[in-house]
Amino acid sequence: MQPGGPGIPQCNARSSTLFTINTWLVCSLLANIFVAIIFPFCKRVPLRYQMKVKVIARNPDDYVRETKLDIQRVPRNYDPSLHPFEVSREYTRALNATKLERVFAKPFVASLDGHRDGVNCMAKHAKSLSTLLSGSCDGEVKVWNLSKHECVRTLQAHEGFVRGMVVRYCGTSFFTVGDDKTIKQWKMESPGYGEEEEPINTILGKTVYTGLDHHQNDPVFATCGQQVDIWDEQRSSPIRSFTWGVDSFSSVHFNPVETELLASCASDRSIVLYDMRESTPLKKVIMTMRSNTLSWNPMEAYYFTCANEDYNLYTYDMRYLAKPIMVHMDHVSAVLDVDYAPTGKEFVSASFDKTIRIFAKDGGHSREVYHTKRMQHVICIKWSADNKYILSGSDEMNIRLWKANAAEKLGVLAPREREAANYSQKLKEKFQHHPQIRRIARHRHLPKTIYHQTKELRVMKEARRRKERNVRKHSKPGSVPVVSEKEKHVVTVVK
Amino acid sequence: MAKVSKKKASKKKTRSGGAEQSNEGHPDVIYDDEKEEDATDDDVTVEDEDGYDERKRQKLLEAIGTLSGKRKKTLGERSEAAVHMSEFTVNAEGEGDKVDLSDLIGSMKTTPGLSGKSKKRLKNLEQSRKTIECPLSKQESERIRRDLAFQKVSKEVSHWKSVIRQNERAEQLVFPLNQEHSGPKPIERVVMDWKAQTPLEQEVFTLLSANKQPINDPILTPTEEASMKAMSLEEAKVRRAELQKARALQSYYEAKARRQRKIKSKKYHKVLNKAKSKDFQKQFDEMVKRDPAAALEKLNKMEMARMQERMSLKHQNSSKWARSKAIMAKYDEGARKAIQQQLEVNKDLTQKLVTSLNKEEEETMEEEGNADVVPDFVNDAEQGLDFSNPWMTGKLSQDCVEKETSNAVTIRAEENVAEEEEVEETEEEVLLREFDNRRKRRQAQEADAPVMLMEEEEEEEENKDASDKEEEELSEFTSLFKGLAEGCGEADTAAEQEKELKIRCQEDEELLTQGKEAEEEEATDKGPVVPQHPPATENTQKTGKSRKRRKGIELKQVLTKGAQVLQVPFAPTIEDAEDSEEKLDQRGLIKEAFAGDDIISDFLKEKRKQEDAGKPKAVDLTLPGWGEWGGGGLQPSCRKRRKFRRKMTPPTPRKDQHLPGVIISEKRSSSIRLHQVNALPFPFESPSVFENTIRSALGRTWNTERTVKKVTKPKVVTKLGAIIEPMTREELVKDKNGASAGTSSSVKRKP
Repeated sequence: MQPGGPGIPQCNARSSTLFTINTWLVCSLLANIFVAIIFPFCKRVPLRYQMKVKVIARNPDDYVRETKLDIQRVPRNYDPSLHPFEVSREYTRALNATKLERVFAKPFVASLDGHRDGVNCMAKHAKSLSTLLSGSCDGEVKVWNLSKHECVRTLQAHEGFVRGMVVRYCGTSFFTVGDDKTIKQWKMESPGYGEEEEPINTILGKTVYTGLDHHQNDPVFATCGQQVDIWDEQRSSPIRSFTWGVDSFSSVHFNPVETELLASCASDRSIVLYDMRESTPLKKVIMTMRSNTLSWNPMEAYYFTCANEDYNLYTYDMRYLAKPIMVHMDHVSAVLDVDYAPTGKEFVSASFDKTIRIFAKDGGHSREVYHTKRMQHVICIKWSADNKYILSGSDEMNIRLWKANAAEKLGVLAPREREAANYSQKLKEKFQHHPQIRRIARHRHLPKTIYHQTKELRVMKEARRRKERNVRKHSKPGSVPVVSEKEKHVVTVVK
Repeated sequence: MAKVSKKKASKKKTRSGGAEQSNEGHPDVIYDDEKEEDATDDDVTVEDEDGYDERKRQKLLEAIGTLSGKRKKTLGERSEAAVHMSEFTVNAEGEGDKVDLSDLIGSMKTTPGLSGKSKKRLKNLEQSRKTIECPLSKQESERIRRDLAFQKVSKEVSHWKSVIRQNERAEQLVFPLNQEHSGPKPIERVVMDWKAQTPLEQEVFTLLSANKQPINDPILTPTEEASMKAMSLEEAKVRRAELQKARALQSYYEAKARRQRKIKSKKYHKVLNKAKSKDFQKQFDEMVKRDPAAALEKLNKMEMARMQERMSLKHQNSSKWARSKAIMAKYDEGARKAIQQQLEVNKDLTQKLVTSLNKEEEETMEEEGNADVVPDFVNDAEQGLDFSNPWMTGKLSQDCVEKETSNAVTIRAEENVAEEEEVEETEEEVLLREFDNRRKRRQAQEADAPVMLMEEEEEEEENKDASDKEEEELSEFTSLFKGLAEGCGEADTAAEQEKELKIRCQEDEELLTQGKEAEEEEATDKGPVVPQHPPATENTQKTGKSRKRRKGIELKQVLTKGAQVLQVPFAPTIEDAEDSEEKLDQRGLIKEAFAGDDIISDFLKEKRKQEDAGKPKAVDLTLPGWGEWGGGGLQPSCRKRRKFRRKMTPPTPRKDQHLPGVIISEKRSSSIRLHQVNALPFPFESPSVFENTIRSALGRTWNTERTVKKVTKPKVVTKLGAIIEPMTREELVKDKNGASAGTSSSVKRKP
């Protein structure tokens, strides 16, 4: 790259002043000539010789708008010589757009309080955008109306933690599992006056269930605890159970696209894949540290992302587990939950470091970080089904509603507004590599602890790298191979 | 499968009994079963006698069996129906024997359907004495199963590859994926999940159904649909085009009328009026033939107006005003004109309208007996007799000549009528054309006028009279008109008027130029006021020449003026003698303001300086002392210095080398460097590609609306308040169908 190369044309201050002087000269000259030519006419031209001023007749259809709601029609001349300096002008626009984006970035929408203990799990309603379910550490489940920011129903579902919760695909009922070794199915509608709050079904298990997920369009659900069980809704015993040398699973998730596939995270630092139709698990990958949960990409059948204890998230292609296709770094503490955006382009992660981060599915670093002073360890996170909001449940008993795009204007946009937004978005993309714009766009305020921890981690990483480099330098060539960041975190793949 | 109880497992296996299972084998279990069967077989005969004893005995046998150590495992209690509990109490033969392969194959020989090949194979099997290989360990076999299952699944999942690729590459993705078509959809679909619940809704529904409004199927009422169908797009377009055309025509005619109205020339209007009246007369004639009653009525009306005019003294030039004007007419052109106008009005009004109808009447008056409908040509002949009508006099002279030649054949005469009309028309056209030409010429002259006005005042004054004269010469018909007016002013009597009428008749006959000549003659007869004019052709030539001459002069003058302007760039270039003082003032002011400023030389100096600064200087590498005398105050010799002087390579030519008025700095400016990209960003392969992306502008300042829309299309579009469902298998099917349907045409799933 040539240093002075792309982008802004060089403009010397001296030459610009010269330019102004020259233009002034020309202007004054022109003015003089004008005076010389025009004035004699006005003074002593006989009446009959006076010049007729002919005006070009225009058709009002060309410039009068039909209704006042129409946009004024502006005839344009696109001759490039009339509109010089396009790059520098667009650069300025891009810079302004970037600045304005930072000005308008106010992601926090609302906080829903009412739980009496930390929020341990949440579930999106399958059919209604404004409904959210949350379960807390004291066994209470609350149903929220998000548009009104209020709790519409509270039920004591379990004794002890509510470990997992999922809404049936039709949206008429939901399942919960808790520390009391039960699976309960509840109606979505609140009971009528005088009726008691009772589950439709209760299944008593032998062990504690730690996670739960429902099939995309069949009456089948899966639980995990000591083993991974597949349940038919109509039966009280699992139709299938999978074990593979581990006795504690932390979460299980159905693939939303290839609906017969499942994946679970186990305490032996492994992620196990299953096919509901098979009697055995498919494969497992063991990593250096434990994964807490995982989330399948809802638009791309074979990708999933897992939230790991080693502060990172890993996106895997389920066909090639030996190496994650992307390592997402930025958190400074264990990542507790992850959820994909319904478009499958991004995902959001919740961490023990009290922040929420948004990553592009193929981005190594987060594009956004959300935090507030009062938000403690974020335990669960969800991306709303309309791709507009993010919901986080945290230790300090609150559920928070965030915008997925911090600077986005909520509500209906006028067409011109939308066009302007699109244009500025494209400008930002076009000039994103320019240092000033990148600096402004990337700037985020972070809590002091996180800021310092990030720095510390960077130093540690650098030190490790240096050490490794030195070791390699002082050992036999080829004996200390270079291991990429992606390969580093996978211990083995078990067939 | 470790958690499944053993019992269950064994059950499953026996039930399913697939090839696979037999392969891995659970030989011990099978063996056990056989043993068990053996045990029970022994007791079959005893069973009938005493069930109780039998059980005891069995227990005993079991105990013995355990003692012997042969059997290690005890069998669980079985609740299944055993072989010996046969419903039909049929005992199979040789039940207790072990089954041999030969027993099973024995029937082979008898069955006819078996092929020779399989028979052979079975025979080989019978003869072979090899033992079956030891089955794989449970872990290993499970691993193999898992591996197979995984391969199957990964193959299945890989079908999505194309869809995912496509979505990654798509310019725009619209979510939710399978959106319903926007626009009016049948209301039944909307209503499907919804029922009228509240009383208000129910009421509305009853009303709707009572009034036969569509509730379910079509969204539009029948009448609305009919009206929608009434006009197709093409029809509407055609109609619109027609309307546009009509509007354009109308506006064109309006403009034309306005233009005509604005024309000040009296002659033009006269001619126009004449044409109009002729037209009117023609119409009237036709009317007479078609609808005599109406024509008569009209005629009466006109007659009435004429009578009134004749009775009144309104335009008779007998009023006090007219008399005073008549006195002034000698000296005042305006007065003459006014009187002339009055006379004309009078003449117009009193003129009797000659039509076939009233001629008929006259005829009937003259020739009482002849009551037949007289043909048109007779009327025409008679028209000539009407001397009061100047139009008719004009016709007469020609008409008569023609009539003489045509020997008064009626048919010929009729033709003549037609001819005559044509002739008159052409005459008129010629007149109009000429008039137009004149007008154009005059316009050209007027256009020249500003140039002329650039002249110095004295010259203008000198030329003034001459130019006036020339103008008079040029605008022939105005002068003609003037002549007429003068003539009129002098002639008060009716005789004079008649003469004038004659002139006008002549005018009608001849072309305008000729008419003018004749009239000039008349005018010269009358008085010396109007100067002598050469014939029209000469006249025009002369004027042309004079114009040319004057043009030349003007050009020269203009050029000289231009030179003056250039000489004094700062001064306001004013050529007026009066303005010179002002000019000097301004010039002085500007001079004063920029007294010490010599911008151009300053600029040149600056440029020189920059150029010099940019040149690399020669480096002097001379070290004192070597090969020379040492000591203070000594300079290395000239020769040595020359020797060690290193010339630098000349720099690349400056960009502003050939631009005298510009300095282009080729230094990197630190303030701009902040904003510049200093490394090629990741996805780009070469700087030129990156620069191209930066160079192409996106905004509407540089692009058309459509381009801007296309360029700024967002990558992901979501619908407000719509739930985005995960991708379904249907997408895959769609993709496959698309791919199979059009391999040649690229798949267009998304824009």
